[in-house]
Amino acid sequence: MTSEGAPAAREIAVIAFAQTDHRRSTEESSEVEMLMPVLHEVLAQTGLRAADIGFTCSGSSDYLAGRAFSFTLALDGVGAWPPISESHVEMDGAWALYEAWTKLLTGDADTALVYSYGKSSPGSVRDVLTRQLDPYYVAPLWPDSIALAALQAQALIDAGHTDEPALAAVGARNRADATANPHAQLKGRLPHGDYVVRPLRTGDCPPVGDGAAAVILAAGERARELCERPAWIRGIDHRIEAHALGVRDLADSPSTRLAAQKAGAFERPVDMAELHAPFTAQEVILRRALRLGDDVRVNPSGGALAANPVMAAGLVRIGEAAARIHRGDSGRALAHATSGPCLQQNLVAVLEGDPR
Amino acid sequence: MSKEPVAVVGVGQTKHVAARRDVSIAGLVREAAQRALVDAELAWSDIDAVVIGKAPDFFEGVMMPELYLADALGAVGKPMLRVHTAGSVGGSTALVAANLVAARVHGTVLTLAFEKQSESNAMWGLSLPIPFQQPLLAGAGGFFAPHVRAYMRRSGAPDTIGSLVAYKDRRNALKNPCAHLHEHDITLEKVQASPMLWDPIRYSETCPSSDGACAMVLTDRAGAARAPRPPAWLLGGAMRSEPTLFAGKDFVSPQAGKDCAADVYRQAGIADPRRDIDAVEMYVPFSWYEPMWLENLGFAAEGEGWKLTESGVTELDGDLPVNMSGGVLSANPIGASGMIRFAEAALQVRGQAGEHQVDGARKVLGHAYGGGSQFFSMWLVGAQPPES
Repeated sequence: MTSEGAPAAREIAVIAFAQTDHRRSTEESSEVEMLMPVLHEVLAQTGLRAADIGFTCSGSSDYLAGRAFSFTLALDGVGAWPPISESHVEMDGAWALYEAWTKLLTGDADTALVYSYGKSSPGSVRDVLTRQLDPYYVAPLWPDSIALAALQAQALIDAGHTDEPALAAVGARNRADATANPHAQLKGRLPHGDYVVRPLRTGDCPPVGDGAAAVILAAGERARELCERPAWIRGIDHRIEAHALGVRDLADSPSTRLAAQKAGAFERPVDMAELHAPFTAQEVILRRALRLGDDVRVNPSGGALAANPVMAAGLVRIGEAAARIHRGDSGRALAHATSGPCLQQNLVAVLEGDPR
Repeated sequence: MSKEPVAVVGVGQTKHVAARRDVSIAGLVREAAQRALVDAELAWSDIDAVVIGKAPDFFEGVMMPELYLADALGAVGKPMLRVHTAGSVGGSTALVAANLVAARVHGTVLTLAFEKQSESNAMWGLSLPIPFQQPLLAGAGGFFAPHVRAYMRRSGAPDTIGSLVAYKDRRNALKNPCAHLHEHDITLEKVQASPMLWDPIRYSETCPSSDGACAMVLTDRAGAARAPRPPAWLLGGAMRSEPTLFAGKDFVSPQAGKDCAADVYRQAGIADPRRDIDAVEMYVPFSWYEPMWLENLGFAAEGEGWKLTESGVTELDGDLPVNMSGGVLSANPIGASGMIRFAEAALQVRGQAGEHQVDGARKVLGHAYGGGSQFFSMWLVGAQPPES
C-alpha cells in the first residue's frame, strides 16, 4: 500500500538559513516588519530574488497573533508580485519545510523559500496554548503548557530516568552553549530558580519570546551552484500520537523514534543534534528516543531553552543543524521539531554534507 | 523527473447544515472520512498519512485542531499535516495531499477539510481589528461588493445576472443530497425580491454558514488499479498567491487566478478551456463571482462572462455546467468549501454525482480562492489517466 522507504528520486538540500534575534517583545514592529530582514538575509546568502524562487511555504499560528488570517499579510514581506506558487501550514515552520521538500521531490520546483514566525508577546502564551487541547473535555479546565510539561517531567522522574539536579544540568548546559549564539534570548549562567509548577523550576522552562526564521531549499545541481556545502536532506519524517495524555506514556516519545527510523537516523551515527525541547525533561526523553549517546553534541545553539519563538523554533533547529554543515562543523546532523502538548507530534530530519 | 500519477478513489461528505449539534468536531470529520473510506473500500490501516485543512482556528475556537483530531482521523502513528490558506484551503489541502503521492513519499493519503461554524461565530472570527490595518468591514460581503460593482461597470453586464446565478445554483442544490440549502419553492422572483445586503449583493445571492466536512482518498497507480469504482485522475493542479492590497491589483480579475489556471491547463494539455473542459465546480460565495471567474479562468473573453450565464450555458443542462452541486451558494462550511469543489469535480468524472451528474463529463475543473482574492488553488481531474 505504501511506497515509503523508497529512495528519494531527487537530492534536496538546505542551502541557506537566517533568523532574527529572539527577544521578549517586539511590540514596536509588526509580523511583516519582523520577518522582512530575515527574508532579505536568506535570499542574499544565495543571490536569489523572490521572483527566482519556485515554491514558497510558511508556518505560523493565528492564535499567537490573536486574529484570523494573520499569515495573509506576511506575503507583503515576501513581495508576492508577480504572483507566486505558495502555501501555508498552521504549524511550526519545520512542517512547512516538509511540504516544500515534497514539492521539490515532484520536480515541479527546483528551489523553495520556507519561513515561519511567532510573536508570543501580545498575549500569555501559557494560556494561549491551552486552546490546543480537546475543546470539550480538557480546554475548559485551562491546564497550561507548563503544568502539562510538569506532568511529563514528573512521569520521567518517577520512571527513574532523571532527577531534578540532572534537569538543572540540562538547562545550564544549553544556556552556557547559547553564549556563542548571537541570536539567543537567554544565555550564560542562570540560576535553576524557583518552582513554577513542581518539579519544574524557571530554569527548566523556555523563555517567552518573539522571532522568525527562514531557509532556502534547492534540488540537485541547483543546490551545488548556490551553496558551497549544501546540507542534504537524507531523510525527513514526522509522526503524531494520540492527543489525550492519559493514553500516552509521557516518559517516552514513540513518535520521535518512529520518525527517526523512517528518516534513516539510525542507519549511521550523527555527530550533532538540534532538538526542539522547550523543557529540560523533554531533552532527556528525546535523547533516549533518538538513541543519542554522550558523544553526540546536542543543541550547540542553546536550543529552545535559550530561544523559543513558538512556530519558528522547530524550523530554527533545522536551520542551525544545516548551518553547521554549511560551515563544515558537522558531517551528519539530526534536527528535530515538536508540536502539541507533551511532545505529541514530532519531526526528524537527517542532514549530511558532501564528504570532504 | 517523473511524477507518480495521482487518483481520487474515495469521496465522502457530510450533509451540510447550519448546526450539527448531534456531533463534536471529531464526530463531524470522522463521518466524512469514513464515507470516503467506504467509497474506496479501504480500512483506516490502508492510509499512510493524513492531510487536513480548515479556515481560521477562531471559527471553532480551537488552536491547531489537528492535534485534537489525530485520534478521530486514525492518524496516530502516522504523519499528519495541517494546511491553512484562507478560503482556498480546501483546495490547497487536497493539492498538498496529492503531492505526497506524486512525490512517491506515500502510496495512499486521506485528505479532509471541515468547518463547524456553529461552534463559534464566523463574523466575530473575522472581525478582530489590529492597529494600522484595514479591517474587513461588515464581513466578506462588504469587502467583495465594490469589486462586483467594478465588474458590472467594466463589463456592462445587466444587473439581473447575479440573480440568475443564484436561482440556478439553488435549483441545482435540490439534486444534491449533501447541499445545505434545499429551497424547494425557489423562484427567480423570490431571489430578486430578497433584501439588499451589500448593494448590489442580495440576501439570496450570498452563501449560508454551514457545518460540514469533505474527505477524499488519494492514491498512486497501484492503488487506483485496486479501486472498486472508477478513479478520477489528477491531470493538473496549482496554487498561486498575490498580496491582498496593493496599487496594481486587479480585484475584478486577479493575476494570480489567471496564472494559476494557465499552469493547470499547461499541465493538463488544455489548449482551449471552453472547448476542452466539460464542467466546472467554481468557488462562488456571492453570485456575481460566476461571470467574473468565467473570465478569470479563460472560459470567456474579458467582459463576456455574463453572456455565458445569461444564455444558459452554465445551467446543469447547458454546454458548460457550473456548480452542478449547488456550489458555495448552497453550502459553505468555509474550510471545506474548496475541497468540496475539488471532490465534486472528481465525482463528475467518476460518474458518481447522482442526480446532478453531467452526462459524459470527462474533464472537470475544481476551483477555490481565498483571502481578498489573494490565494488561488485549482485542479483539473479526468476520467482517463495522464498520458505521460
